[in-house]
Amino acid sequence: MAATFTKIATVTVGSGGASSIDFSSIPATYNDLCLKLSARGSATGGAYAHYAVVSFNSNTSNRSWRRLAGYSSSTYSDNSSSVITMGSIPSSGATASAFANCEWYIPNYAGSNYKSWSIDAVVDTNSSTDWENYFMAHLWSNTSAITSIGITLDSGNFVQYSTATLYGIKNS
Amino acid sequence: MPTKIVVDCSTGIASEVELTAEEIAQLEADAAKAEADRKAADEEAALKAAQKAELLERLGITEDEAKLLLG
Repeated sequence: MAATFTKIATVTVGSGGASSIDFSSIPATYNDLCLKLSARGSATGGAYAHYAVVSFNSNTSNRSWRRLAGYSSSTYSDNSSSVITMGSIPSSGATASAFANCEWYIPNYAGSNYKSWSIDAVVDTNSSTDWENYFMAHLWSNTSAITSIGITLDSGNFVQYSTATLYGIKNS
Repeated sequence: MPTKIVVDCSTGIASEVELTAEEIAQLEADAAKAEADRKAADEEAALKAAQKAELLERLGITEDEAKLLLG
C-alpha cells in the first residue's frame, strides 16, 4: 500500500529532442517505483504509429506482457513474450501538441524476484478517430534489482516538452 | 549525433550526452526488432481477421450471429 510518494527525478526534453531518457543510479530505498511519462515522438505517423521501448538495467530480454486496449472505434487484447515495445506515442501526424500520458507502476523493484509492472496509458489527441487507451501487465523475468530505466522510441526522437518523472513509494 | 538525457537519481543531476557508436547500434537494433515485431503482429492479426471472415462466409452467418451462438 502506497503511503508516500517522493519525486526522485524529472526530465524535460529540450528543443533539440532526445533519442532516449535514462534514469540511472536509482536508489534501492523505496518499496515501489512509479514513472509518469508525457511524450510525443518526431517520427512520421499518427497517434499510435510508434511505440516506446523500455529497458531495465539496459536489458530488453526476458519480457512478456498482456494488453487490453481501445482505439478509435475498436477494441482488442493481445500479448507477447518477445515484443519489447510498450505503449503508443503520438508522432508527427497526430494532432499538434498532443502527447501520450502513461503511468508505470513497478512494485518491489529492488527485490530478488521477477518484476511485474503495470501501465495505464492514454493517447488522447483531441481526435475522434486517432486515439488509444490501454492497460498492460508486464513481467520482466529477471531477479536483479532495477537500478536504471531507459526509455527510447522505436523510431524518431522524443520531442521538446516530453517529460518523464520518477517517483519512489514507501509503504510506511 | 543523437543524444540522450541521463538523470543520475543519486544526485538529481541531468546531463545530455551524445550516444556512443555502441549505443547507436543498440538503438538501431532495438528499433529494427520493434518494427519487425510490430509487422509480425499486424500480419498475424490480418491473417486471423481474414480466416474469421472466410469462416463466417462459409457458414453463411454474420459476426453478431456467431457471437449469439457462442454466448
